Amino acid sequence: MLGKLSFSAIPLDVPILVGTFLGVAVIGLAVLGAVTYYGKWGYLWRDWLTTVDHKRLAVMYVILAIVMLFRGFADAIMMRTQLALAYKGNPGYLPPHHYDQVFSAHGTIMIFFMAMAFMTGLMNLVVPLQIGARDVAFPFLNSLSFYMTLVGALLINISLFIGEFAQCGWLVYPPLSEMQFSPGVGVDYYIWAVQISGVGTLLTGVNFFTTIVKMRAPGMGWMQMPVFTWTAFCTTVLILVSFPVLTVTLALLSLDRYLGMHFFTNDAGGNVMLYLSMIWTWGHPEVYILVIPAFGVFSEVTATFSQKPLFGYKTMVYATCSIMVLSFVVWVHHFFTMGAGANVNTFFGIMTMIIAVPTGVKIFNWLFTMYKGRVEFTAPMHWTLGFMITFSIGGMTGVMMAMPAADWILHNSLFLIAHFHNVIIGGVYFGYIAGMGFWFPKAFGFKLNEAWGKRAFWCWFVGFYLAFVPLYVLGLEGMTRRMNHYDNPDWYPWMLVAEVGAIVIALGIVCQLTQLYVSIRDRNLPENLDLTGDPWNGRTLEWSISSPPPAYNFAVIPDIHGLDTFHTEKQLGLKAHGKPLAPIHMPKNTSAGVFIGLFSFILGFASIWYIWWLAAIGLIGIVATMILRSANRDVDYYVPVSEIEHNEEVYSRRIAATQAAE
Amino acid sequence: MAHEATMSPLAHADDHHGEHHESPNVFGFWLYLMTDCVLFGAIFAAFAVLRNQYAGGPSGKELFDLTNVGIETAILLFSSITYGFASLNAMAKNKTMVLVWLAVTFVLGASFVGLELNEFSSMIAEGNGPDRSAFLSAFFTLVGTHGLHVTCGLIWMVVLMVQMMGPQDLSERMMNKLACLSLFWHFLDIVWICVFSFVYLAGVM
Repeated sequence: MLGKLSFSAIPLDVPILVGTFLGVAVIGLAVLGAVTYYGKWGYLWRDWLTTVDHKRLAVMYVILAIVMLFRGFADAIMMRTQLALAYKGNPGYLPPHHYDQVFSAHGTIMIFFMAMAFMTGLMNLVVPLQIGARDVAFPFLNSLSFYMTLVGALLINISLFIGEFAQCGWLVYPPLSEMQFSPGVGVDYYIWAVQISGVGTLLTGVNFFTTIVKMRAPGMGWMQMPVFTWTAFCTTVLILVSFPVLTVTLALLSLDRYLGMHFFTNDAGGNVMLYLSMIWTWGHPEVYILVIPAFGVFSEVTATFSQKPLFGYKTMVYATCSIMVLSFVVWVHHFFTMGAGANVNTFFGIMTMIIAVPTGVKIFNWLFTMYKGRVEFTAPMHWTLGFMITFSIGGMTGVMMAMPAADWILHNSLFLIAHFHNVIIGGVYFGYIAGMGFWFPKAFGFKLNEAWGKRAFWCWFVGFYLAFVPLYVLGLEGMTRRMNHYDNPDWYPWMLVAEVGAIVIALGIVCQLTQLYVSIRDRNLPENLDLTGDPWNGRTLEWSISSPPPAYNFAVIPDIHGLDTFHTEKQLGLKAHGKPLAPIHMPKNTSAGVFIGLFSFILGFASIWYIWWLAAIGLIGIVATMILRSANRDVDYYVPVSEIEHNEEVYSRRIAATQAAE
Repeated sequence: MAHEATMSPLAHADDHHGEHHESPNVFGFWLYLMTDCVLFGAIFAAFAVLRNQYAGGPSGKELFDLTNVGIETAILLFSSITYGFASLNAMAKNKTMVLVWLAVTFVLGASFVGLELNEFSSMIAEGNGPDRSAFLSAFFTLVGTHGLHVTCGLIWMVVLMVQMMGPQDLSERMMNKLACLSLFWHFLDIVWICVFSFVYLAGVM
């Protein structure tokens, strides 16, 4: 009846998990209680959960990403603390069985549910606004994608309290992840969480590719597209080409586990190298899926806060596209040591080094953008400068490891761990936080607090170096990754320094939370309000409308005459809006995404525990909801001209008041 | 298959895109098909790596019955033609004939799936199931994935036929849906031609 599920699956004997569960339960009940107390369920359901508005979905994505950041960081600081203790006979406080789940969950959560969710959130908020569109091409699919991501995140977090998580690293390499060596439900949790959220990501890819190709404002040719939109476009291409491979790879692994097939097993002709090649055919483009939009953020931030057009717009676009293409021909560098042979390794090593060239072009473009500009050192600019330094160092250690001979020494060591955190924290995370600070006023109508933002930056920046430079040293001293305890006295002091670094990063996260709290508390102070919709003297279209924008974004779709049309017209004092208003065709909210998400959750959870009747209900529910949705004709409405006129008048009065005050 | 049946028919892109009249739904569906193509490509790659890993079990030469596969192929290719007739009638706004040709296509597609299931079950009954060897794992997965796609296409076809019944004319929205299913159906034909050539023919040769 309940498959593998029984009360013994609940880890009551692990005090850390019981404590975590109590904490999560208390916070969860408090949130639910607050929503009930203030009578906000109807508002939450109508205006948020069933929304198809890309701006609101963006906010939900970013909230999910921040919650997942807490979870992922909790895992990280647990690992650092374990290694600061588990030296010379002291076993530390995390037994290997638990420790292995922690490092697997850390990687999976940070990549799939923190970084991917954050990236999708930024894309959702910014891309339609930058191209002058009223929504994405498929608003319902957009809502569905969000729920797929959310379901994946829920599954992976439920594994904390019911059953266990995978113990074989964030890419669950076979044969360790096969039934023979991992008979528990941990790998199944991994597979279903990643598989379901992967479908969501693929739909996002289809959606944004169509949006960018088909829905740009009249006159906006490819070379008039803002750089962030270009980077989002390249990312969608990478998603479209690489995510199906991930789907297949994990499907084959599940067939091995569920139906006893032999794709990656040790016996009956299975081939482990096939898994490695397939997973990294997805995995290497994946890191560019994450970092390319961050490059876009840095481009917008640097140009805006240097009060100059971006230096080398065209080379920036070409560099982004070259990185996009090259990212597909480097995957073997993740396993140089596994016997591909000297010729193959040489090819992939050279290709890997070549990627550094377009990336270097970008760094110089940003530097030249700042050169002779009037640089404003805002918090987003701090993150950008921190990125340029940190990412360059990370890039250079990457080129070092691109040499197969050097990789032979460094493979699987902490040097590698330091390298990819160097580029992912220094590139991806710094970029997304810069983007959040930059576009926060657009989403909410008030700015984030600058002082706390800068404090957060300095904690993260200093904390990062304290936490990861020791790992470079440890890697060179021969310490391998995923180690639970050790005896080497030379390593111990470095581990202590890394622990201090993790604590400083924790302070950075505290500063970010404080920043959110202070900003929301002081949101109505005149210096924080964004009444004009253009708080930074911005260059691109999203700054030409009110903050937050109305549901339909643009009362009149602007005409585009070149790059940064909005900025040019602003300087010439031209008034863009002259066209007559017309009723606007908009999509209606729908609960179909919520229900398909719910049934996907049932399908995933039931399949993890072999509860097949429940899985069937989930599958039938998904199909039935889709069929009902496709039969629904009442999916759109028109915004009347009177409402648009009213919104426009309120907005122009606010602008006039601001100008009068100046 | 979350993608195909659920695309909303919002034409609001048209409001500000005077020059584009092609539905974004059909464009988006093309994109989805391209990702599906990558998906099949990955499974083909896995098959190519594992195709000689018999693990002491039977090879394709011993297992495949080309007559049976030939009939399957003929049926599927013919169903593409009948879907084509349905499309032509849809353009002529002849709804009854669209329904008739879709019904014929459905019968052909269902026979294809039936023959394939028959082949699978007899192989499994003889002890040559997907857990026998890596070669058979890859074979069942590749052919089965295609069969699963055809099955989804059949369900989708029924849904469209039911939605089409009733007095109303063929709407713009329904025309788009028919166009998407048509793309899907022909795409599966192309994939089958690759399956037939690389799995069955190359396995027997």
